[in-house]
Amino acid sequence: MPGPTICFGVETSCDETAAAVVALDGGRPRILASVVASQAGRHAAYGGVVPELATREHLRALDWVTDEAMRSGGVAWRDITVVTATRGPGLASALMTGHSFARAVAIAAGKPFLGSNHLEGHLVSAFLDPGAPPMPDVGEWLALVVSGGHTLLAIGRSDGTHEVIGSTLDDAAGEAFDKGAKMLGLGYPGGSALEAAARHGDPSAYDFPRGMLRSGDLSFSFSGLKTALRILLGKRFGGTAPAGKALADLCASYQRAIVDVLAAKATMALRQTGLRTLVLAGGVACNAALRAALAEACGRDGIRLLAARPEHCTDNAAMIALAAAWRHAASGAVSPWDEDVDPNLGLAPAGQKV
Amino acid sequence: MATTTSESPEQTRQIAARFAAHLPPACVVAVSGELGAGKTHFIQGAARALGFADTVTSPTFTLVHEYPTPQGPIFHVDLYRIASPIEAASLGLDETFAAGRATFIEWPERLGPDLPDDALRVHIRIAGDTRREIDLPTPLARP
Repeated sequence: MPGPTICFGVETSCDETAAAVVALDGGRPRILASVVASQAGRHAAYGGVVPELATREHLRALDWVTDEAMRSGGVAWRDITVVTATRGPGLASALMTGHSFARAVAIAAGKPFLGSNHLEGHLVSAFLDPGAPPMPDVGEWLALVVSGGHTLLAIGRSDGTHEVIGSTLDDAAGEAFDKGAKMLGLGYPGGSALEAAARHGDPSAYDFPRGMLRSGDLSFSFSGLKTALRILLGKRFGGTAPAGKALADLCASYQRAIVDVLAAKATMALRQTGLRTLVLAGGVACNAALRAALAEACGRDGIRLLAARPEHCTDNAAMIALAAAWRHAASGAVSPWDEDVDPNLGLAPAGQKV
Repeated sequence: MATTTSESPEQTRQIAARFAAHLPPACVVAVSGELGAGKTHFIQGAARALGFADTVTSPTFTLVHEYPTPQGPIFHVDLYRIASPIEAASLGLDETFAAGRATFIEWPERLGPDLPDDALRVHIRIAGDTRREIDLPTPLARP
């Protein structure tokens, strides 16, 4: 009986610098440490992400998050089985920082290195919850990954052969939240501000389009929401965002349109695939209205809903370490030392296995 | 400069496709216009005409998307999340400009003076609920 696979992982695909140590034993992951240094505050001064700043901040934070993860995890380098870092998708300069750092650490510690796919990390993130069943027991699941950069439905499999079966044709769901918030005067990125403002609003007050709801396939489209919101603001509010009850109603109705489409497509995908487990992951998975809608839909159809814990929805290294630990434990997979980052790395589309 | 009117996202894609048929190699196309003007729709049509058959999505979050075509990669840059003019060098855009079949930049004004002088400028104006006026550089505007 082999011992646990202990993976040290680094994630720097966008604004967060993260490191984690995850042990995988008999199919059950255990997070020994997970540290995230967010650059959100620093970027806020610029109103967005500044790539050069992101790289510099990643460099500055990597040493610290690594020491912190190893110390709080109570592990030494000799205990580590494999080292990983996100190799894509993401911002090229940010990816390169963490990827190079982790490979250097692996070489110095004499450990194998295995690059990770950020999307695969999201796909397995719900299994980091100690209450979740082990991945091999679930075997196959449907994952809805919704974030600022991604909106996709994928079949996740414990053997690592994932398939994307639906994705957005234009804007990501998180982007729809953030850009809607911007148009409603809530700042950018304001997805969580929009959710907060929606809390006391009437979701049926305004009728926003449900993009691609009747397309019959699993594609998403959210770009029409911006136009619909702009037209509505022009016609009803003289082109500027209202305040008070009207703002709350607008936010609630706008949010409802996004949530309805996500829930309807996830339900359709579950019926088409016959899968009985839905994994909900990615930054937008923190949205309470989305969680409630999916809980209701899954409850109705007897589907098991595994929603990633909030700390594993936003970018983190624990999910990256789990993805790598899983692959390494299953097949001894390692990456060639000359493998580079891939900012456009995807999961395999339908029909093509990874 | 010439101005064309579009009544729908599909028409915006068609206008972009005709525009793209005349693009010189390794060109930079700056596509400006406010939120919801249809910049991504325009680039969808152009990318298709240049030989990329797959989905073109908004790179707002990831900043740069790359689409392979038989004539070399198309780069799709979105600077919405970049608030202040920064050096193109920090994004590696200089290399991108040279390596690509074409580079399309949404929110090009965020580059400030780092936008190449010979960039082709496309501007999309919201002229109604679904109507858009699209300014195109003259030598390329002819269908």
